[in-house]
Amino acid sequence: MSKPGHRWRSLEGVIESAIRVSGVASIALVILIFAFVLREGLPLFKEYPLRAFLTQRGWQPTLSPPTGPWFGLLPNLWGSVLVTAGAVVIAVPLAIGAAVCLADVAPRSIRDVVKPTIELLATVPSVAIGFVGAAAINPLVKDLFNLDTGKSALAGSIVLAFMAIPTIVTISDDALSAVPKSFRDGSVALGATRWQGISRVVIPSAAPGMIAAIMLGVGRAIGETMVVIMVTGNAGVLPDKGLWHAFTHSVRTITGTLGAEALEVAYGDAHYRALFMLGVVLFLITYVLNFVADLALNRKPRRALQ
Amino acid sequence: MKAKMWAAAVIGLVVAAMTGCSAPKEGAGSAGTGTQTLTVKGSDTMVQLAQAWAEEFMKQHPDIQVSVTGGGSNTGLAALMNKGTDICNSSRPIKDEEKDQAAKKGIDVQEFVVARDALSVIVNLSNPISELTRDQLKDIYTGKVTDWSQVGGTPGRIVLNSRETSSGTYVFFQEHVLGKGVPFADNAMLQPATSQIVQTVAQDKGGIGYVGLGYVTDKVKAIKLKADAASPAVEGTVDNVMNGSYPLARPLFEYTAGAPSAVAQKWLDWVRGEGGQAVVKRLDFVPIK
Repeated sequence: MSKPGHRWRSLEGVIESAIRVSGVASIALVILIFAFVLREGLPLFKEYPLRAFLTQRGWQPTLSPPTGPWFGLLPNLWGSVLVTAGAVVIAVPLAIGAAVCLADVAPRSIRDVVKPTIELLATVPSVAIGFVGAAAINPLVKDLFNLDTGKSALAGSIVLAFMAIPTIVTISDDALSAVPKSFRDGSVALGATRWQGISRVVIPSAAPGMIAAIMLGVGRAIGETMVVIMVTGNAGVLPDKGLWHAFTHSVRTITGTLGAEALEVAYGDAHYRALFMLGVVLFLITYVLNFVADLALNRKPRRALQ
Repeated sequence: MKAKMWAAAVIGLVVAAMTGCSAPKEGAGSAGTGTQTLTVKGSDTMVQLAQAWAEEFMKQHPDIQVSVTGGGSNTGLAALMNKGTDICNSSRPIKDEEKDQAAKKGIDVQEFVVARDALSVIVNLSNPISELTRDQLKDIYTGKVTDWSQVGGTPGRIVLNSRETSSGTYVFFQEHVLGKGVPFADNAMLQPATSQIVQTVAQDKGGIGYVGLGYVTDKVKAIKLKADAASPAVEGTVDNVMNGSYPLARPLFEYTAGAPSAVAQKWLDWVRGEGGQAVVKRLDFVPIK
């Protein structure tokens, strides 16, 4: 008690090293997880050729020899890419539009109601959204596009877009709101209309933050499991009749395969290894996405997203 | 605040230590005078069933330790011949060659039917189809037939629904309808749960799916099946499964090498009795009586 200064300084040292340890630990944790997934997955290629993993067009792990089993990356990867790309195409215009509206157009009173409501959407559990998707979006898609079944990549994209929108809106809105008022005043002073000000001054200034927002939204979409299992139908098909045909038919995603099979698989066999290799691929995809988002965020420092 | 946290931590530790110590003691108590063990090995289809049996059985017979492993019916039968397991689970009857092989080793393999596995094939309510032969069903699921008009229905694309690959039902269907080593059509949709199959078939006019016998609801139509073109069409009911006339069903077996030991006999009696058969029902298999 007599030397409070000394006491605080030593406490500061402890806190500082604690923070350093947790910082290093979080990096180490990511590396360890990747190493573990890789270690469990790689032995697959002792039993199953890498070439077949990369070129096999089917995923039928219980198919008996000599025909099977089939552990094809392609149908899974294609499904993930297609559903996520579709979700981006649907979500981005809507979410960016909503964010611009919230930040620059809507009056305060509306903003105060709408923004928390959109944020609330992000908290709905995915299994609940998946259930709504299976019961409502699937039949809707089927009737709208006159399909044989609503279980399709399109339905998956719509539901995933719905899940990505809150993330994109919230973070984009933060980025837009962080653009200094002087930028807006300046554009008005130069005789620009409101639209010119928003489209040529405010949005470009907030662009890095908005790109990061989109990447985070995409990250949520590509990693989502329950929803895609419930609404995409999980048929591991590669496209043979054009993009639209593929988009309106069932697909199987990496996460869907992992979610459906990982719990039931026998420990250590080829199927188990193959699932871990899918995990490796998924890890790499999300890593690249995060890396790109990070680049976008850091491109222009001190802008947006504080 | 801090003091409270410490107190909580200490209490936590003590409780953990106490439960940690008492658990093995309990085990040792019952193990004391000769715990008997029983190994059950074989069919993957039956693994979950056998594990559920083991849990219930051990509750009622704390002096018997049952360990259940899968590996497939082949593995189980091989283990039985090598005395590697007390009981073998098999989702197929033993072959004559296997019986001969066992006889050469002086083993008289005993067979017990312990449960039945049966599937219903369902279509949309608006579908006029009311029966299919097994070959037609196979052609539909391998993708050889893609339109309902090819099997006597009204024109329209067939939308295939299947269970996930991890499901025993999927494996049963693959082996029993398509044949071993015959792949499903790649556009067959793999649904995570039976309820999803029912829902999808109820929504899609061209939908078809297979579900456990107990899962047919009034939102879908279960069709009759024919073993071949000349056989009668049989409805999927428990009675028809039991009298053997329904084609999409199979008995599930347990085998012992020679007459069952006292412990194995206890197990078999229980499994085939009321308690065991209640578990069979709970796991959506068909009971033997």
